[in-house]
Amino acid sequence: MAVTTDTASDERTTATDEAQVPRKQRTSGANVWFGVIAWIVGIAFFFPVFWMVLTSFKTEADAYTTTPKIIFEPTLEQYEGVFAAGIGPYLANSVAATVISTILVLLLGVPAAFALSLRPVQKTTDVLFFFISTKMLPVVAAIVPIYVVVNQIGMLDNIWTLIILYTGMNLPIAVWMMRSFFLEVPGELLEQASIDGAPLWRTLREIVLPIISPGIFATALICVIFAWNEFFFAVNLTAANAGTVPVFLVGFITSEGLYWAQLSAAATLAALPVVLAGWVAQNKLVQGLSFGAVK
Amino acid sequence: MVLAALLASLALVAGCSGAGALGAEEGVETVTVAIVSNPQMEDAISLSPQFEAENPGIRLRFVSLSENEARAKITASVATGGGEFDIVMISNYETPQWAQNGWLTNLQPYIDATPGYDAADFIPTVRDSLSYQGSMYSVPFYGESSFLMYRKDLFQQAGIQMPAQPTWPQVAEFAARLDQGEGQRRGICLRGKPGWGEVMAPLDTVINTFGGRWFDPEWRAQLTSPEVRQAVQFYVDLVRQHGQPGASQSGFSECATQFGQGQVAMWYDATSAAGTVEDPAESTVAGQIGYAPAPVVATPASGWLYSWSLAIPETSPRKDAAWKFMSWMTNKQYIERAGQEVGWTSVPPGSRQSTYTIPQYQQVSGAYGPLILQGLQRANPQQPTVQPVPYQGVQFVRIPEFQDLGTRVSQQVSAAIAGQITVDEALEQSQNYAETVGESYQR
Amino acid sequence: MIDRAEGWRRRAPLLPALVFTIIVTQIPFLLTLFYSVQSWNLVRPGSQSFVWFANYVDVFTDSQFRQVAINTIVMTLGSVLIAVVLGLLLALLLNRQFVGRGVVRTLLITPFLITPVAAALLWRTVLLDPTLGLVNFVLSPFGASGTEWISQFPLASVMAALVWQWTPFMMLLLLAGLQSQPSDQLEAARVDGASAWSVFRELTLPHLRRFIELGVVLGTIYLVNTFDTVYMMTQGGPGVASANLPFYIYQRAFLGFDIGQSAAMGVVVVIITLIAASFALRLLFRSFSVEEGI
Repeated sequence: MAVTTDTASDERTTATDEAQVPRKQRTSGANVWFGVIAWIVGIAFFFPVFWMVLTSFKTEADAYTTTPKIIFEPTLEQYEGVFAAGIGPYLANSVAATVISTILVLLLGVPAAFALSLRPVQKTTDVLFFFISTKMLPVVAAIVPIYVVVNQIGMLDNIWTLIILYTGMNLPIAVWMMRSFFLEVPGELLEQASIDGAPLWRTLREIVLPIISPGIFATALICVIFAWNEFFFAVNLTAANAGTVPVFLVGFITSEGLYWAQLSAAATLAALPVVLAGWVAQNKLVQGLSFGAVK
Repeated sequence: MVLAALLASLALVAGCSGAGALGAEEGVETVTVAIVSNPQMEDAISLSPQFEAENPGIRLRFVSLSENEARAKITASVATGGGEFDIVMISNYETPQWAQNGWLTNLQPYIDATPGYDAADFIPTVRDSLSYQGSMYSVPFYGESSFLMYRKDLFQQAGIQMPAQPTWPQVAEFAARLDQGEGQRRGICLRGKPGWGEVMAPLDTVINTFGGRWFDPEWRAQLTSPEVRQAVQFYVDLVRQHGQPGASQSGFSECATQFGQGQVAMWYDATSAAGTVEDPAESTVAGQIGYAPAPVVATPASGWLYSWSLAIPETSPRKDAAWKFMSWMTNKQYIERAGQEVGWTSVPPGSRQSTYTIPQYQQVSGAYGPLILQGLQRANPQQPTVQPVPYQGVQFVRIPEFQDLGTRVSQQVSAAIAGQITVDEALEQSQNYAETVGESYQR
Repeated sequence: MIDRAEGWRRRAPLLPALVFTIIVTQIPFLLTLFYSVQSWNLVRPGSQSFVWFANYVDVFTDSQFRQVAINTIVMTLGSVLIAVVLGLLLALLLNRQFVGRGVVRTLLITPFLITPVAAALLWRTVLLDPTLGLVNFVLSPFGASGTEWISQFPLASVMAALVWQWTPFMMLLLLAGLQSQPSDQLEAARVDGASAWSVFRELTLPHLRRFIELGVVLGTIYLVNTFDTVYMMTQGGPGVASANLPFYIYQRAFLGFDIGQSAAMGVVVVIITLIAASFALRLLFRSFSVEEGI
């Protein structure tokens, strides 16, 4: 039996399912106060982001004031500046690197997670240990050899180099996450299928995938976040053709004068896609992060 | 199967990449340029479509990076023969070393074969600093020395007269008199940010003019000598007592903001700052700035010599196309073009003598132009300080180890500026680093 | 026992991922091992030679390396623990019902989604700038104006940015844990007249333990490799006050171009991390796999 006692309970609360939550409240008065505190903390955490977006609509003169300005005449000139500086190809590269590497992670990771859960291979624990231990190797320790190898096979400044590396970077965590989702699949269903003589891939496609697809989606979202935000490989291995958005952002810092407003506009654009994706799919994010413990 | 498909697609892409960038047109060469994202370079990028219009067979791609990234990437690429770039922006620190290593294309034949390019017009000290065995291996886009900027209005209010050639003790005295205390306008802005191209640049000129040096002719490290101690102590005290807030994190750009927003009364830095602080769009003190030569103590002049220049890595297969663009970007016509289309305060300064004879430029740069030219002509990389040294360079030691050594020392100095360690502690530690490097040259 | 054919059939779906991971992560590491016994400076051509363990001797006699290793431990564990505690408090708050709970959660998770490079820039400029920064503006009524956060408290500044980014992650994880807690247990305890604190201590906290452990392990894995934030905020300075091992090794490799020494440092870090990791993993395995009955 692969299901833990915790998750086997009847509790099926999702994070936004507010109707089922109020079970610990004593008085509604206390909850009002907790609500106020939560709002204050929430706004405090969000405020830097809000300020960044606000600054991106300012002129440079409005951005550099010792008393921060909240009221000002909004302008789109910073965004025009960012697009004029050519963020376009970088955005395209980021999208390509993120999407393709995530697809590759799933193509490689789903079968692997299957082989480590429902029909486990021998030494499953060792394999899992190996996967996760690769995440603990400091990437800086490998950057020079990677640079030399990539250089020798003529793949410097090539988006496929980043795709391969991002796949390698996200695969271990993805295997772990998806494995924990696979473990939720009831064993009886599989046994039934194998007695019926259905081939493995059909069992997978018709029985297992529907059950774990929310988990796969959650895993994909995590991979997207980490791939989109990756900077170290991107800055060291790309040049004119394959640079991603974080690289653009760093190149955008001019050595001779920091322009806050324009920088804020660039930073906002860099962060926007992943922030939006995370907002829209935040329930999935909770699932993914909890390694399937919450449905 | 998935893996096989993956490897196949990898091989496919690798094959494609050999044939050139995605979407390349037939018969068109794409020249990739690695460039430092300073304002003048950004101007060049914005003017480059004109070059492409004049040369339909050449397309340009720019990789614009801030100084530290640019240096790391370009060095790694050129040293390993990475070949990502056809043109790289480097300085007079790298050029002679890399030329000696055989990493750069000798540009002299190209220069000689380009009528009207007039390499003799380059400022002689700049040209020499970019040459190896009599041939130029990179061509200057701009050159800079260092000088002292000060607020004429504040000096007048306080009744202070800036001498024609100030000394450092005088500058310290002025800074004390114009300092309004914490939270208000401070006396001077001096770089304190770690990095051999950040705090070390102005500090090295101070060390030199105090009579200090990195190594003696036998490559014995000299960072704990009385002269160096005195110089570093002076610099650290000055910036700690009368300098800008956040000193240990401020470099050129932070000081440009501080000075441009009227938060400091003086600023000792690169001559290329003049274009920024005289631009009314970015600076609230434009028009109120006076300029003086780099302050001295024991040497007749102390300004540094630096040039951002363009070179072609030996590995580039597109040298002719690369040279076409480089010569376009560094010839006299470009300066006229930049002046007319971007503005005369924004032309790349300090590369050509003829720039200083253009009437429109003289008009806008009257206050500082001649001083820049003079600073560059007087800079002396062969003999930067009082006593003899075994190396070349004013604000750097032109050996490959200096990037690392200079940065390590700069981290110590920066920590002293932040008040975390004393100057003596910083120099003891720095001396250790310098000794290790020096020993490898004694053998 | 599983027979050979069945064994291979089971192994087949695993192999592509395994082979891929080995190629992508282990080959560079083997090369790192090779470089670590070479003396090789990239900017001094022809300097490559075999030097046995000289690079390792240099690493262990480098006092800055020790300082940086300590920084790394403080930065990683400090940020992770603070983020876990803050995340737990926030998760407890968000586990209650109040008006606009969904909105507050959305606000709270945003820092985790922000590109670290952008977040570090935001902290360095807009928030912590001594004259124009928001933090000093907010604190100025309390007489803290002009504080030079990044120069005076470099490590703390970097950690603040890291905590800001990772608290939402911990909060989400622990919120998931809280919401998986069986409600009948809590009801029963409350009927028995247990105080809120003892319910929390004796039921909720033990239930959350595996989530906390998971948070600590995942947070440590990612934060020990922090590069972007240090690089963008402080460049490791002043001195090496805020440098961590990834940044220090990067500097040796891409500033000093001392390939041999940076490789040796990399190997030392890998060995230390693996020792630490095997303890952490044992924790993770105990809390997950054992329960899951492998």
